[in-house]
Amino acid sequence: MGCADVSLAVEKVLDRYERARHNLIPILQDTQEAIGCLPEAALARIAAYLDLSANDVFGVVTFYSQFRFRPPGAHHIKVCEGTACHVRGSGLLVEELTRKLGIEVGETTGDGKFSLERVACFGSCALAPVVVVGDKVHGRVTTKRVGKLIGEHGGPNDPSEAKSEEEPAEA
Amino acid sequence: MSFEQMTSRAQSSWEAFCCHDRPRILVGVATCGRAAGALEVVEAFKAELSKRSLAEAVTLAEVGCNGLCFAEVLVEVKATDARRILYHGVTPAMVPRLVEGHLVKGEPYVPRALAVVEGPELDGVPRLEALPAIENQVRIVLRNCGVIDPTRIDHYVARGGYSGLRRALAMAPEAVIAEISAAGLRGRGGAGFPTGIKWSRARSAPGDEKYVICNADEGDPGAFMNRSLLEGDPYSVLEGLVIAGYAIGARSGYVYVRAEYPLAVARLESALARMTENGLLGRNILGSGFDFSITIKKGAGAFVCGEETALMASIEGRRGMPRSRPPYPAVSGLFGKPTNINNVETLALAAAILQKGAAWFAGFGTEKSKGTKTFALAGKVERTGLIEIPLGLPLSTIVERIGGGVGKRRTFKAVQTCGPSGGCVPAQFLDLPVDYEHLAKVGSIMGSGGMVVMDDESCMVDVARYFLTFTEAESCGKCVPCRMGTQHLLRILTEITQGRGTESHLEELKKIGDTMQKASLCGLGQTAPNPVLTTIKYFEDEYRAHIQEKRCPAGVCRKLIQFSIDRDKCTGCRVCAAACPVASITGEKKVPHAIVQETCIRCGACRRACTFDAVTVR
Repeated sequence: MGCADVSLAVEKVLDRYERARHNLIPILQDTQEAIGCLPEAALARIAAYLDLSANDVFGVVTFYSQFRFRPPGAHHIKVCEGTACHVRGSGLLVEELTRKLGIEVGETTGDGKFSLERVACFGSCALAPVVVVGDKVHGRVTTKRVGKLIGEHGGPNDPSEAKSEEEPAEA
Repeated sequence: MSFEQMTSRAQSSWEAFCCHDRPRILVGVATCGRAAGALEVVEAFKAELSKRSLAEAVTLAEVGCNGLCFAEVLVEVKATDARRILYHGVTPAMVPRLVEGHLVKGEPYVPRALAVVEGPELDGVPRLEALPAIENQVRIVLRNCGVIDPTRIDHYVARGGYSGLRRALAMAPEAVIAEISAAGLRGRGGAGFPTGIKWSRARSAPGDEKYVICNADEGDPGAFMNRSLLEGDPYSVLEGLVIAGYAIGARSGYVYVRAEYPLAVARLESALARMTENGLLGRNILGSGFDFSITIKKGAGAFVCGEETALMASIEGRRGMPRSRPPYPAVSGLFGKPTNINNVETLALAAAILQKGAAWFAGFGTEKSKGTKTFALAGKVERTGLIEIPLGLPLSTIVERIGGGVGKRRTFKAVQTCGPSGGCVPAQFLDLPVDYEHLAKVGSIMGSGGMVVMDDESCMVDVARYFLTFTEAESCGKCVPCRMGTQHLLRILTEITQGRGTESHLEELKKIGDTMQKASLCGLGQTAPNPVLTTIKYFEDEYRAHIQEKRCPAGVCRKLIQFSIDRDKCTGCRVCAAACPVASITGEKKVPHAIVQETCIRCGACRRACTFDAVTVR
């Protein structure tokens, strides 16, 4: 998204809100919804609109984990780290994803296809462990299913996996 | 429209919904149902019904969660008779069979029938209320979850909704507070403070402008009670909020809800719109002269915002950091005005109390812990889900009867209540009555109701470390005891789980934990050491095994364990090799396999995959 588009998107959001401090977080949320992230230029404009210092706005943005400065991948993968997911092995899913995608948590793949995030708890504990790809919630995910989920979204297909999956059928 | 007109209209629409002659399909589509594929099941029903030209003749509705999450996707089917059958584990592939067999021919599909909800008996299928998961439950908070269509306000009204509000508006505000006090209602968000006292303090605080806030920032990992309630029945919570507003003298209210709960936000927004259309919000509510409006505020991902002063800072557009109290919110809260904050569940109960009376509510529970409480039962039990029990029910009933125990191959070790703020209740207290007093006595707290069950394969040191990873990341950093304390606890626990524990570590953990409890600014820091201190108290031997023998008895801490294959038990089926994510299992078919220790990442996938118990851990 170019600079002109960013400022247009921000103005559209600001049009909906009064100039009051308590609107800061909803403005940031709507801006991120529209642009995908919160670039510096957008923050400066929002600060000016609400008559706050850029520093003040930056402080709020960095405090809340929802806000990000860089856009996520086309398929944003969130792994639940809630208690139930933890005891049912969500850590293994994160490992499998970092191995398969070649990125760490918080990063985006080079081709911009995938980004990986850990989230505190989706509240779907009864179906732990839970992985969310885009808006879709997947319950009772196994390391095997993680590989398939990535594959379905055009991710790397590990040849060793394809091979090993055939074997139990022969056995 | 008068209240009477509204209820009579609602009554007829509810009767049409429940009408015996008309076939009906209900699909549970709360977040948990969706995770299991409920939306695909709905689509499959739509397609099947339209293929058979039945779309007009059959009611297909999406309802909230009835709490039996272990059995998702849940579908209730009723043909033209009075018998309602609840099916479990429904997939799109099963849909044609349910439509053809049950709806068209009137023959229920017994193999997937979980229970008979209503109507005549069916051989081999238990009654819903006789299911072990249900029989001990009492549903007040969850009275409408999974029963009504959460987008239809008339369903809520027909089941007695807003009659509590109507009664409250005809009473003096002080009398409303007296009713809540007489019911013995205590806050369901954590500390269990008496709600009546809270309301009366906010009422008596000087000032014309006051606020009420519904705290729906359910942040404890392992807790989903509030999410389910907001998704399945948002109206009861909002009714409670209006009643609270009337009682304390506020004209505006807020619902502060987690950003991670998009469906709950959508349900709340739709419920607010329906309430406004029906004169239940806005000016002159139900002709009483009382004006009230509600604003939804979405959280932005900060656990500490569940703390009331941090939550208010967040609504004001600031970093969500707590401040010291006093002044308490009742005196100086949101925008410096007197403010009353209640948990989601507390408000839903308040609406029920005003509807049915204090004496009715006080009839449930124990002397000091009245009423019912919802719990999110998760972890290593057979039947996970959302439950509501009268307070005082023994823990064993929850774990063994409702949850179905940990399974034959495992043994029960502990229950962790209230996530990172709570403690572990070990197996020796299995007959403990679950209420505020008894949980506090064993070093845990009731909290908001997260209940995660651990078995012999759960490492208590690892569990403590997990919670500290969470609180260390979520500590806002304002006060030193919490900021530094969580860091040090986490560092020490990490050393212990990685085999670098020393003799002095246990004392250090206790000392730091004690300081944090006494000196932290808010509840986050004061309770963050609880998981560490209670696991040391009840599972010191596990800590010692890690520190002295460099051994993890539960087989969890990877630096301390090794997997191997028992050659006598291994049949050479290659299932474990297929499960191994790093191809570290060697051996031909029908020949016992072996694990290459150098490349093994100790994930345990082989052990879970093996059906012959041939993979061992030590």
